Amino acid sequence: MTRFTLNGRAVQVDLPASEPLLQVLANDLGADGPKYGCGKAQCGSCTVLMDGNPVRSCVLPLSAADGRTVTTLAGLTEGGRPGRLQQAFIDEQAAQCGYCTSGIILQAQALLQRNPKPSDAQVRSALDGNLCRCGAHNRIVRAVLRAARGG
Amino acid sequence: MDGLERSDRRRFLRQTGGFTLAFAIPLEAGLAQVPATASPPRLPGNLQRHRRLDAWIRVQPADRSILLMVGKVELGQGILTAVAQVCADELDVNLERVRIVSGDTALVPNEGTTAGSFSMPDCATAVRHAAAEVRAALLELAATRLGVPATSLRVEDAAIVAASGARTSYWDLPAGEELRREATGKVALKASGHRYIGTSVPRVDLTPKILGQSMFVQELRPEGLLFGRVVRPSTYRARLLSADTAAVERMPGVVKVVRDGSFLGVIAQRESQANAAADALAKSCRWDTPAVLPRTDGVEAWLRSAPIARDIPTRRQPRTTPGEVARTVEATYFRPYQMHASIGTSAAVATMGTDGTLVVQTHSQSVFETATAIAGLLGLPRERVRLQHVQGAGCYGHNLADDAAADAALLAVQVPGRPVRLQYTREQEHRWEPYGSAMLIRTRAALDAKGSVLDWDFELWSTPHTTRPGNQAGNLLPAGHLAKPIPQPVPVNNGPPNYAADRNAIALYDFPGQNVLTHFITEMPVRVSSHRGLGAYGNVFAIESFMDELARATGADPVEYRLRHLKDERARDAIRAAAERFGWSSWKRASGRGRGIAFARYKNTAGYCAVALEVEVDARSGSIRVLRAVASADSGHIVSPDGVSNQIEGGLVQSLSWTLKEEVQMDDTRILSEDWASYPILTFSEVPPVDVVLINRPGAPFLGTGEASQGPTGAALANAVFDATGVRFRRLPLTPSRVLQGLKTRQG
Repeated sequence: MTRFTLNGRAVQVDLPASEPLLQVLANDLGADGPKYGCGKAQCGSCTVLMDGNPVRSCVLPLSAADGRTVTTLAGLTEGGRPGRLQQAFIDEQAAQCGYCTSGIILQAQALLQRNPKPSDAQVRSALDGNLCRCGAHNRIVRAVLRAARGG
Repeated sequence: MDGLERSDRRRFLRQTGGFTLAFAIPLEAGLAQVPATASPPRLPGNLQRHRRLDAWIRVQPADRSILLMVGKVELGQGILTAVAQVCADELDVNLERVRIVSGDTALVPNEGTTAGSFSMPDCATAVRHAAAEVRAALLELAATRLGVPATSLRVEDAAIVAASGARTSYWDLPAGEELRREATGKVALKASGHRYIGTSVPRVDLTPKILGQSMFVQELRPEGLLFGRVVRPSTYRARLLSADTAAVERMPGVVKVVRDGSFLGVIAQRESQANAAADALAKSCRWDTPAVLPRTDGVEAWLRSAPIARDIPTRRQPRTTPGEVARTVEATYFRPYQMHASIGTSAAVATMGTDGTLVVQTHSQSVFETATAIAGLLGLPRERVRLQHVQGAGCYGHNLADDAAADAALLAVQVPGRPVRLQYTREQEHRWEPYGSAMLIRTRAALDAKGSVLDWDFELWSTPHTTRPGNQAGNLLPAGHLAKPIPQPVPVNNGPPNYAADRNAIALYDFPGQNVLTHFITEMPVRVSSHRGLGAYGNVFAIESFMDELARATGADPVEYRLRHLKDERARDAIRAAAERFGWSSWKRASGRGRGIAFARYKNTAGYCAVALEVEVDARSGSIRVLRAVASADSGHIVSPDGVSNQIEGGLVQSLSWTLKEEVQMDDTRILSEDWASYPILTFSEVPPVDVVLINRPGAPFLGTGEASQGPTGAALANAVFDATGVRFRRLPLTPSRVLQGLKTRQG
């Protein structure tokens, strides 16, 4: 049995500890947001926060979550309203297809926790492990900087 | 897209003569078959194909909404928001009232493929006129009901108010009957007072995506879901000799192992079980693996020597005016195979219903034609296959979306009643998607004494750019792997006005003589199909690089040189706007830096775009840093400024990635680009600031935008690198090693 906190809610999962965390989150726990992109921790689509740190859930086993706090994109909403970073992404329309968005917002969330006032270059550097194919990069950086300014 | 679909349409119209096109709203299909008058009026956009108002728009009093049905689908380009905007504007309803059904073969008008930058001109134009006409019809009903002239009525969010103060609303009128007819094309559009057209409204699909709500086909979890995986052959044209299906069938959670010739798949209870089973199955396989690939470094030579299926005189315009040739210039350019490289791997959910109807949720761009192709693949009657579009990751052309739908369907028919979700691995996506075709282009210009072009000759060699399903099972990837393989049809090169390999091969410049010859190669050692812009990326790269070479060779300014050859005022405006915003005339050279500009009108019929950018080249590493970029865009009357800007900038950034980094790697048996390490794309730190200048043309037709900026970007980059280094790079991509090699040549 694996027990952890998912988006503020205690969950226990009776599945083999070796199950990929991404699949358990997406298929079993209905935690929309993290998505399969590469299975090799190369693209960042599956990023979730584990105790506040961004991790690639496609390469982690379920057991890695045991006793931890896991946050997915839906977990950033505040009482059903968009969180600050989410609101900044809405304000900047910071996406095209939106497939990479979940991982990028969570990666940026971790950055802002660590560095509340990042520079443009620091935002880019923090997101270099997250791939966007549509070319929405500059909008995304603007959204992160907007959130850092306080919305 | 693409001409295939368009030529089908023409053929259809020829065959059906005066009959309007039926579409699949089952109960009313018969009603659509109304004989038209002797010469039905030409209707705007895709209203011409689907003439009935209620094919597009219905009034829904129950929830006080407007149902908008479109055949075009959301690919991340924002089209559903744009069509909702024009619909709400012409109907005078709040945007939130517009409910969109898109890409469901049982419900919406067949608008062919969502591609080729056609959605704004064809779909949004149709929706806009249909909405205006629905509004007029509703006002006539209201006028009758209220006993006042329709001209005395005004509408505010579906509430109809007469000058007298009398009121009714869309929801109180018997609209259904009234809309069950063809459009007339005679209702005028709003000339002014637009509430949504020209305004950037938040995209209808972005907020849920940003909040982490399920929006993608990869996230669908219907009741009773099973997980499918396919095992692909080891390489193209490999044949399966043996596989231990029995051992895999005994693995935990495995519901079924499917083998049909060289097609192999597994169905399991859990995704991890499907993956484990597929991996075990792959390990047990023995393949016959022929060596059929030209190797990365051999692609150019292969193109030069491959048998030419057809020489197409894309343009024959011999010079008829006098002029003495002072000099001639020649150059050869090469564009490699490049990937769509979607961030999300392709996926589909297929369910073989117990009623015998197969339903597939898919991110296909061509739900109708792919439904027909899948019906052919499975031997099902066409009416027993329904495709429903659900969003996937951005595709940028024909990727594996349709193949995933086909593979999922092949598995789902083995487990009737159970939905099967299939998603490719990253390696499968990278190695099996149909790439943008490699191209070889030779240009030659004869110049007069002033350096202006007298004769322009453009010759290109290319494999196909369109192998979309197009109603034919043989175009689906698994078709060739079945025990009874369905052969792939020999691809055609679409002709005017859209072209394919030769898309944008005709320069928009007013050269006295211009000849374009396309050597069309139908052999496909590498799987290829529509990659954003088709041939335009390679052709514009060549045309605009060569224009730069001619300007430099004759001591002319690249902006002035282009304007000198160009009469089209909108084209001139686009070039001047980009140059001005860039600060072209006041630009100061710094060491190691250079600037470049390029222009194209996509397809010579869609959006105009010029790109100017500045680079810095590190002579020691050969790496190119793009410092900033400016793009101008004229897409006609702009519906969503932010939408246009997003597409232009996104296309520019994607093209920088193609141009700086991307080339599919292969040896003689295998594609070696199998993940993001072996096929890198541009990252956040490498993306320059981009400034987009929008040129709005109120009242002008909508022009497609999504493929306007890629061609100019590639050439502008190469031109800037030349400006910085004095070395001309004619082979893409401009990787550091290639740049270093070029710089050595200069020093040598």
